[in-house]
Amino acid sequence: MSRHSAESHPSTRLYVAIAVILAALTALEVMVFYIEALAPVLIPILLVMMAAKFALVAMFFMHLKSDGPVLTAIFAWGVFIATAIVVGLMAIFGKFGA
Amino acid sequence: MEGPTSTGIPNRKLAMWTFIGSECMLFGTLIATYMIYRGRNLVPPYPHDLLNIPFITVTTFVLLMSSLMMVLALAAVQRNDLRATKLWLGLTALFGLIFLGGQYYEFSHFVHEGLPLSRNLFSSTFFVLTGTHGAHVAGGVIWLSTLLVRTVNGKLDARHAETVEIAGLYWHFVDVVWIILFTLIYLLV
Amino acid sequence: MAMTDAHPTGIWSWLTTVDHKRIAIMYFVVGFAFLLVAGFEGQLIRLQLAAPGRDFLDPDLYNQLFTMHGTTMVFFAGMPLVVAFFNFVVPLQIGARDVAFPRLNAFSFWVFLFGGLFLYASIPLRAMPDGGWFAYMPLTNPEYSPGPGIDFYVLSLLISGVGSIAGGLNFLVTILNMRAPGMTFMRMPLFTWMALIVSALILLAFPPFTVGLIFMLFDRSFGTHFFDAAAGADPVLWQHLFWVFGHPEVYILILPAFGIVSDVIPTYSRKILFGYPVVVFSGVLIAFLGFGVWVHHMFSVGLGPVVNAVFGGATMLIAIPTGIKIFNWIATMWGGRLRFRTAMLYAAGLVATFTIGGLSGVMHSSPPADLQQTDTYFVVAHFHYVLIGGTVFGLFCGFYYWFPKATGRMLHEGLGKAHFWLTFLALNVTFFPMHFSGLLGMPRRTYTYAEGLGLDVFNLISTIGAFIFTLSFVPLVWNLWRTWRRGEAAGHNPWDASTLEWTTASPPPHYNFAEIPTVDRRDPLWHPYIEPESRRAGDEPGGAVPRRQPDEPPEPVIMPNPSYWPLVLAVGMLLMTIGALGSLGLTLFGLFVTAVGLFAWAFEPPFGEEAH
Repeated sequence: MSRHSAESHPSTRLYVAIAVILAALTALEVMVFYIEALAPVLIPILLVMMAAKFALVAMFFMHLKSDGPVLTAIFAWGVFIATAIVVGLMAIFGKFGA
Repeated sequence: MEGPTSTGIPNRKLAMWTFIGSECMLFGTLIATYMIYRGRNLVPPYPHDLLNIPFITVTTFVLLMSSLMMVLALAAVQRNDLRATKLWLGLTALFGLIFLGGQYYEFSHFVHEGLPLSRNLFSSTFFVLTGTHGAHVAGGVIWLSTLLVRTVNGKLDARHAETVEIAGLYWHFVDVVWIILFTLIYLLV
Repeated sequence: MAMTDAHPTGIWSWLTTVDHKRIAIMYFVVGFAFLLVAGFEGQLIRLQLAAPGRDFLDPDLYNQLFTMHGTTMVFFAGMPLVVAFFNFVVPLQIGARDVAFPRLNAFSFWVFLFGGLFLYASIPLRAMPDGGWFAYMPLTNPEYSPGPGIDFYVLSLLISGVGSIAGGLNFLVTILNMRAPGMTFMRMPLFTWMALIVSALILLAFPPFTVGLIFMLFDRSFGTHFFDAAAGADPVLWQHLFWVFGHPEVYILILPAFGIVSDVIPTYSRKILFGYPVVVFSGVLIAFLGFGVWVHHMFSVGLGPVVNAVFGGATMLIAIPTGIKIFNWIATMWGGRLRFRTAMLYAAGLVATFTIGGLSGVMHSSPPADLQQTDTYFVVAHFHYVLIGGTVFGLFCGFYYWFPKATGRMLHEGLGKAHFWLTFLALNVTFFPMHFSGLLGMPRRTYTYAEGLGLDVFNLISTIGAFIFTLSFVPLVWNLWRTWRRGEAAGHNPWDASTLEWTTASPPPHYNFAEIPTVDRRDPLWHPYIEPESRRAGDEPGGAVPRRQPDEPPEPVIMPNPSYWPLVLAVGMLLMTIGALGSLGLTLFGLFVTAVGLFAWAFEPPFGEEAH
């Protein structure tokens, strides 16, 4: 199993590239936060960048991209139900406007 | 020991992923509570009085980089490069400790500014949410430290790469949770 | 426990066991004991309500009793009995020698036991919780519930919840990963399927409850404001967190019963299950929809017409997959060669009584109707029909079905049937009149009622029914006693059933299977097109699964080592829990014991072969 993992998992160079992207996205998030002109679209921009970072870590650092569908399904199931509960509760408590 | 499994995935690795799926609900509920109560705080201080974005950006960066150290540790142990394994495992744990130090500083600063746990709705939701995450980081640091000690003692090598991989999955998940918390708590203040 | 080999007995072997069959027996015995205790509490409640204006129980004690009755039944009787069947049956049905994590399995049992004992420690301390099994805020905040009663509730459910999550994790991995070669998902027996679904439900439903309990603990102990309206919070959040868990929880209790019945009905109908894939997927659908209906417990909160309509509609949808299962069971029996053994009676009884409870459930899925019915005895009637007529009937069905496999002895059929008919009678006599008292407006959780409201006769009948319940345990205990003394041997497959657990000895050796079978079809012991009775031994064209396991394993079998660290870890958590009532020193000591247990566990070799 470990030998198989070593062959199919991404290389060190890819890991570093992902980390650079993650760092850049974080910097970008904080920059966006301080730019007044972007205030009206701040929430969608930040959520998209957050989701991008989430996906990068899950796919490459946690190897979901190379590890096959079973583990992805288990994780996606948890993320989906959790997200649905968060969004549902926020909607019930009137967090998305009238 | 164990024979081949029905899915081809080792039992412990499948268990860790299942646990992570369950943890999504734990943090999901905590996040839902924080989001529902956002803007409902009636007693000062308020989030924007206290949250220090530049400071937390630095500790966020440290935690993100610890994930890089973690994958490098796994790659090292898989090719049985134990010197590199020790280096990267140690750095991962160290970066986790720096993050925890930052959180300790942040918490004590808030308390000093008049926000103990029982102060108001913001203190309740903020401390329990970020504190739960911090407890997960602390557990991860202890776990990684035992792996480091075992590597130093020569009891961990490429045959145990799966153990390092599973600890890594946990560590990355804790990092992923922080990616969400950083955006929702600090940037959408 | 007669084992076919030299398997150690004695107290120490039970304290350190990691054998799923022994853990199953411990779960069953403890869960059954809690069932009797909680049943006794229900009997006391019925005595108080036998006639208007009685003062057999004072209002305080009454509140404590219905809280303990509900909490015990759901968390310390229903769940452990379900898990007892998971433990005994699932590894045998999938052709495995144990679960994926045997020590974690033992740990789950010990924390469940300690959680239950901790809850009942509130009785000698005169501090039983009295907030109802769903402990609504703000009734349970420190101002309105100042004593330690609610803390017992919170802490016992926190600690036993850890065991439940560990159990869900264990069985999910076991079923996904430990199936015998050839056992694809669509060849799994229905009980195993439902165990898989329920494990996923436990993993997703318990964390929100854990979080809610932690909020409640912090509000009560550390002065936080999660449910404090004066600080800007909303006490209704507790209801949401509770029911986000609580509704999946009722499927955690009912789906295993559906699974048991789906295995039992084909066996005694001499027919394969009608529409196997449909039964599987309707189970999946019930579980999935179960996360989107929690607000139907809260219609009377007044969340607005849109919210109520959405959740009411989703609730009605659940009737579809549930109804599909009912029709599948009926169609399986249709034209079958029925044998009404005790297990089959319970299965058929479930189909009938669960349907009654299901129908009243559809009635209060409609918000306007629910506003009339909520918090009345109509709802009490509904959930007792589904929990007794569904879950308890399913569990008894499984008990009579797998008892010969677990013990190697046959139960007496006549006594079993007497037990069934008494239970069936008791259920209907106790709870059917509650539909009427409820619709007449009798509120639940009120310790008495006035004369002349038309409630007297219905309540008297209900109380008589409760006595029949108590009586119904007589033939059961007699049966167990008789079988203990002189029950006839069961043999490998007394019911001529179709699944793998019936190929091994009764009781199974501790390694379960001398040789791991290779499965080539669903119902591997039945030829697909020949009726089972027309078959003789050896007459099995193409069948890859031997009808009898060899008596001795041809190769040495390596089994997991016994271990006392799960017990140590659970003791550590119990000490932390007791300490949380007010002793920081004890909490820290418990933390220390927990840490020692965890580390010793992690570095202890799990299998014999690595012992040196």
